[in-house]
Amino acid sequence: MSRTATGKEPVAVVGIGQTKHVAARRDVSIAGLVREAARRALDDAGLDWADIDAVVIGKAPDFFEGVMMPELYLADALGAVGKPMLRVHTAGSVGGSTALVAANLIAARVHGTVLTLAFEKQSESNAMWGLSLPVPFQQPLLAGAGGFFAPHIRAYMRRSGAPDTVGSVVAYKDRRNALKNPYAHLHEHDITLEKVQASPMLWDPVRYSETCPSSDGACAMVLTGRAGTARAPHPPAWVHGGAMRSEPTLFAGKDFVSPQAGKDCAADVYRQAGITDPRREIDAVEMYVPFSWYEPMWLENLGFAAEGEGWKLTESGATELDGDLPVNPSGGVLSTNPIGASGMIRFAEAALQVRGQAGEHQVDGARRAMGHAYGGGAQFFAMWLVGSEPPPG
Amino acid sequence: MPGLPGRRDVAVVAFAQTDHRRRSDELSEVEMLMPVLHEVLAGTGLRTGDIGFTCSGSSDYLAGRAFSFTMALDGVGAWPPISESHVEMDGAWALYEAWVKLLTGEVDTALVYAYGKTSPGEIRDVTTRQLDPYCVAPLWPDSVSLAALQARALIDAGDTDEPALAAVAARSRTAARANPHAQLSGPVPAGDYLVRPLRTGDCPPIGDGAAAVILAAGDTARRLCARPAWIRGMDHRIEAHSLGVRDLTDSPSARLAAERAGAFQQPVDTAELHAPFTSQEVVLRKALRLGDDVDVNPSGGALAANPVMAAGLIRIGEAAARIHRGASDRALAHATSGPCLQQNLVAVLEGES
Repeated sequence: MSRTATGKEPVAVVGIGQTKHVAARRDVSIAGLVREAARRALDDAGLDWADIDAVVIGKAPDFFEGVMMPELYLADALGAVGKPMLRVHTAGSVGGSTALVAANLIAARVHGTVLTLAFEKQSESNAMWGLSLPVPFQQPLLAGAGGFFAPHIRAYMRRSGAPDTVGSVVAYKDRRNALKNPYAHLHEHDITLEKVQASPMLWDPVRYSETCPSSDGACAMVLTGRAGTARAPHPPAWVHGGAMRSEPTLFAGKDFVSPQAGKDCAADVYRQAGITDPRREIDAVEMYVPFSWYEPMWLENLGFAAEGEGWKLTESGATELDGDLPVNPSGGVLSTNPIGASGMIRFAEAALQVRGQAGEHQVDGARRAMGHAYGGGAQFFAMWLVGSEPPPG
Repeated sequence: MPGLPGRRDVAVVAFAQTDHRRRSDELSEVEMLMPVLHEVLAGTGLRTGDIGFTCSGSSDYLAGRAFSFTMALDGVGAWPPISESHVEMDGAWALYEAWVKLLTGEVDTALVYAYGKTSPGEIRDVTTRQLDPYCVAPLWPDSVSLAALQARALIDAGDTDEPALAAVAARSRTAARANPHAQLSGPVPAGDYLVRPLRTGDCPPIGDGAAAVILAAGDTARRLCARPAWIRGMDHRIEAHSLGVRDLTDSPSARLAAERAGAFQQPVDTAELHAPFTSQEVVLRKALRLGDDVDVNPSGGALAANPVMAAGLIRIGEAAARIHRGASDRALAHATSGPCLQQNLVAVLEGES
C-alpha cells in the first residue's frame, strides 16, 4: 500500500471504576449508576470530565432495561455532550468489545483519552424473559441462558470424562475469591463446598450455586496513549494485544464445547503480545464463566490446558488465588453479573492485577493478565492481554 | 485535499442497498440483507473470507427480540470465524468503527452493513422508548410530535415557513425519481397535518430496507474501485438529551462534527443529509453552511426512503456512489440519531481527479 500507518499508538488503562454490584440499586437511576462508575474511573486517573475526548459505551440487549439505545439518554450523565459517543452491542462479550473499540480510538490516534463504560441494571426489567421473546420460525431460547448452555456442558463432561464435582470446585473457589473483592455482588461468608453441591439443580448439571447472579452494576475505564500515561497518578496497565472473533450461532460442525472463534481470538491476542506458552507466561486470567463448568472449558479453548485436560487444572488447585494460574481472582461472573458490564469487569480486573491495585485479591507479582469475554450462543469473543510494562517497540 | 498527515487513506469502494418498501412481510431481516451483501461483495470481487473486519448497525427494538443481529451474522457467513463487531446504532456509526479499525493498520478491508424493518411495529411508538425512561418516555411523545416541536420553533424563529418545507419535500421526491431504490418519489401531495405544522408530506415514508458498504485502505482501495470515495475526515458528536435544554433551531453537534471532519476547509458540491423531516433539512443546511450551489440529497434523502438504522449509512453510500461515477468530486455525508437530531455524524468524501 502507498502509505501505511506510522505504527499504532500504545494504549494503556489509567483509570478504573466500578460500582458495588448488587441485585437491585433502587437508590439510583440508570444515569446515576453509570455516573458513579465513570466518576470513580476519572478519580483513579486523576482526570475530570473535560479531559475526556470521547465516550464508548456498551451494554447487552436494550430489553434488559426496557430502554431503546439508552446512550442517547445517558449522554448528559457521562459528560458526553459535545463529544463523540459510540454504543457497542455484541451480546455477552460486549463489555470486552466496548473496551477494544475504545482502545482502537487511541491506537489509531483519533483521540487522546477515552472513557469507556459498560453497565446493566437488571432490576429495571427481567433479563431471562428479555431473552425469551417468542419469534416466529425461530428456535425459542426458553428459560434464558442456562437452558441454552447446560447441554454443551454435558457434552464437555462426556467428552472429557470429567468427574461431576468439578463445577462445584469452581463455584466454591470463585465465591470465596469474591469475599476478597469489595465490589463483588455475592459475599457468601458461610459458603462451603458441601453447600454448593447441595444447592438445587437448575439446569442439569448446573446447580443454583454454580450460576451467575443477576446484578445491577457498571464498570468504567479511562484509556489513553503514551503521553496520557506520563500524567497518570497510578501505574498504568498496557494493552499488549486485543481481538474479537465471531462465528454463526448454529451450523453443522459447530463445536459448542470449544468454539473455533474462541481459539482464533486467543491465538490473535497471543501473537500480538508475543505469548507462546500462555500457561507459563500469563500470571492471572479473568475469564467469563457464567456457569461454573465454563472454567475448565475455557482453559482448554484458550490454550491453558490440552483438550480434555482443563478440568484437571481446576481440580489440582492451579486456578486458585494462590495457584500458579489464578483464574477469576475477583470472584468472576459467578459472583457478579451485570450482564453488559461483565466483560468489561473481566478486562478491568485484569488491568487491576498488573497495576498491583487488586487489593485483597491481588495475585502476587502479576505482570501479564488476560481479560476474556464471550456471548451469544458461545459465538462472540473479545479478549485482551495487559501488562505492567509497555509493549516493546 | 489530502487526509491528515500520517493518517492512513481509507475509501468507500462499494455500496449496495435494497429497494425500500412499505412492507416486507415475506422476508426475515436476514433474507432482506443477503442480496445486498452479495451485491456489495460482487461489486469488488471480494469474498467474505477476504474481508478484514465486519461491523453492523441494527436495533433489537425494531426486531422485537434480543440479540437480533446474531441472525444477520449467520447470513454473512462468519465461518471460518471473522473479526466482527456491532453497534446498536445507525450503520453510519458501524462505518465509523470500521474506519477507525482500518486507521489502526490492522486490516485493509471492512464490510459494513445495516438493516431495519419498521413495518412489523408502530415506529412512532417504538422510538418513544429512546427517551429518558423516568421522566419523558412514560408520556409516549412520538417522533413526529417531537419533530413538529422543532419545526414550530424554526417557523417561530423565522427560519422557514410551511411553503418552504413543502418545497423541500417536493424537491427531494422529484430528485428521487432518478433513484430506483426510493420508496416515495415523484409528485407527492403535501397532505393533511399529521402533527402541526408538519403535514404527511413533511414526514419520511415508513419502510423496510438494508444497505452495505465496503471500505478499503490505500492501494487496496485503488485496486477494488476505479474511483474510490476517499474519506478525508469523519466525526460525530452528541448533544444533551433533554429537548428543554437545546436550541432546536440549531445543531451545534452537526456543526462541530463537520468542523472536525474538515468539511469547512473547502466547499462541497454534494451533500447527502439524513433529515427524515423537511424541517430538519433547514436546521442542517444552516449548521453545515450549505449554500444553494450545493446539490442536497440528489438521492431524495430520507424523505424518499427511511429504513431506520440503515438510512444514515445510505447517505454515506449515496455520496460515495456519486463520487464513484464521477458525478461529485467532494461530498458531505451526514447521519443522525435520537430525537430532533440529538446525535450527528459527518463524513467528507473526495474523488481523485
